Amino acid sequence: MSSNTADGPIISGKDLRVQYGHREILHGINFDVQAEETIVILGGSGSGKSTLLRTMVGLEKPTSGAVWVGGTNLAQASAAEIDEVRKKIGLSFQGGALIGSMTVGENVALPLREHTKLEASTIEVMVRIKLQQVGLLKFQHFMPSQLSGGMKKRAALARAMAMDPEILFFDEPSAGLDPIVAAGIDNLILNLKKALAVTIVVVTHELASAFLIADRIIVLDAGHIVAMAPTEELRQSTHPRIQQFLNRVADSDAGDEVDQLQLFTERI
Amino acid sequence: MPRLRIAELLSSIGSAAESRLAYLGGLAQLLVRASTHVFTSPLKRSLSFQRACHQAMVIGVGALPVISFITFFIGVIMALQGAYELRRFGALRLVADGVAISITRELGPLVTAIVVIGRSGSAFAAEIGTMKVTEELDALETMALHPIGFLVTPKLLAMLVMMPCLTIWADLMGVLGGSVFGVLGADFTFATYLAATIDALFMRDIITGLVKSIVFALVITGVGCQEGFATGAGSEEVGRSTTAAVVTSIFLVVLVDLVFTAIFYVTGGS
Ligand SMILES: Nc1ncnc2c1ncn2[C@@H]1O[C@H](COP(=O)(O)OP(=O)(O)OP(=O)(O)O)[C@@H](O)[C@H]1O
Ligand SMILES: [Mg+2]
Repeated sequence: MSSNTADGPIISGKDLRVQYGHREILHGINFDVQAEETIVILGGSGSGKSTLLRTMVGLEKPTSGAVWVGGTNLAQASAAEIDEVRKKIGLSFQGGALIGSMTVGENVALPLREHTKLEASTIEVMVRIKLQQVGLLKFQHFMPSQLSGGMKKRAALARAMAMDPEILFFDEPSAGLDPIVAAGIDNLILNLKKALAVTIVVVTHELASAFLIADRIIVLDAGHIVAMAPTEELRQSTHPRIQQFLNRVADSDAGDEVDQLQLFTERI
Repeated sequence: MPRLRIAELLSSIGSAAESRLAYLGGLAQLLVRASTHVFTSPLKRSLSFQRACHQAMVIGVGALPVISFITFFIGVIMALQGAYELRRFGALRLVADGVAISITRELGPLVTAIVVIGRSGSAFAAEIGTMKVTEELDALETMALHPIGFLVTPKLLAMLVMMPCLTIWADLMGVLGGSVFGVLGADFTFATYLAATIDALFMRDIITGLVKSIVFALVITGVGCQEGFATGAGSEEVGRSTTAAVVTSIFLVVLVDLVFTAIFYVTGGS
């Protein structure tokens, strides 16, 4: 599935640098994502995973370098060109980011209503299918504020999938969900992989989930890519930083990574 | 040493003026972009229209009771104030004229604007600010929906329609308030008071008020939404931008009112 096709990668980054204010978060990274593969971006808290994802959908402008998505360099594209790219992608945010003034169903229907000429009844059916997939059919008419954190996240997945996009981006889809629902999300992603010709980019720090769903894994550490390899290969890697991450060893100079340690111990 | 201070002072005044101008420039840009969205992408127009109607209900219908009461009372107050002076000249019958003109030209639009700032301008800033903090604005963008077209345009349309309507209603309630004094305190009947009011008013007075109300609509929507978009990270920032929206709107509305009143005075010569 992840074989190099003639038409090259669907997403790629070249010497990509991104900064917030004067603080550089991504320090010149290079990566590529092939069409129809599932990539997992692993990394500790604050390593820049969400920033990388935001850059891949054009929410953050790189300070230098290029980020190509579906043949468009988002670093140089016009607003209209970026819009064209965005119609082919779906993104679910780490915090859900559902529109608070609309019901769950309306949230999922929003891109369909705005970008397609489908009948209201067709949209209704599609919304119900998407909500069914994430197990939220009963909550179609709830407001986002009436949902739990995990439910919001699942509703956001449904909204990201609404347009049946070519590329799906998930930011921490299963963080903060109970193990059963988290496994359900993993299954959902596996099913999407099998059923649709879709490229999936998942940010996570759930190791088990990463190894289950990924074709390839990118390990991000403090704004650098320390590994980009097929899942099996990565498991065998001897890179100290990766081993540390995989074996859940805390940093000696704790700092930021204390969060990470706590997050990992919670899972046991 | 003093020269240095003066230079510092001048440069700080300069940079303050510059940032004010930049603010107004940003405001104008936001409004232009919001209006262009009315004409682009016809597919979205019906949805946009629905959202505008919803906004119009919230902005307009919701404000009716409070605007009615306030302008009614202000009508009574103006009549009392006017009568206090006019009585000394035995010109009590001019109360109707005074109320009619001050309400339609000045107080109707101004009071309406201030109530709408309190109810809706602040709500615009809070709504957009919250959406910024919760990444909802980012979510809209990744769905290739433009926050300005999606959020500002319906509000702008609704405001442009509702502000003049509310202002006319405020004018009526103000005159009604004045008539209460006219009937009880001066020897008008309700019918003669109305006749005197209509006599006193020129179309020009009403139009003046309506023109002001349309400019107020632009100012309130622009400032409310701009402050919302300018919200930083964190929920306490939403409170800050809401406050800023209210204070800046009131200031700009009064300033615009001053400018327009001066223009109408110079060009009118009545
Ligand atoms: N809007 C912002 N403005 C300034 N700095 C930011 C902003 N968002 C993130 N950062 C900084 O960028 C760094 C990377 O943040 P990012 O959200 O990409 O981390 P992450 O890998 O997604 O972490 P987590 O797993 O906790 O979600 C952090 O150190 C953070 O302080
Ligand atoms: Mg993150």
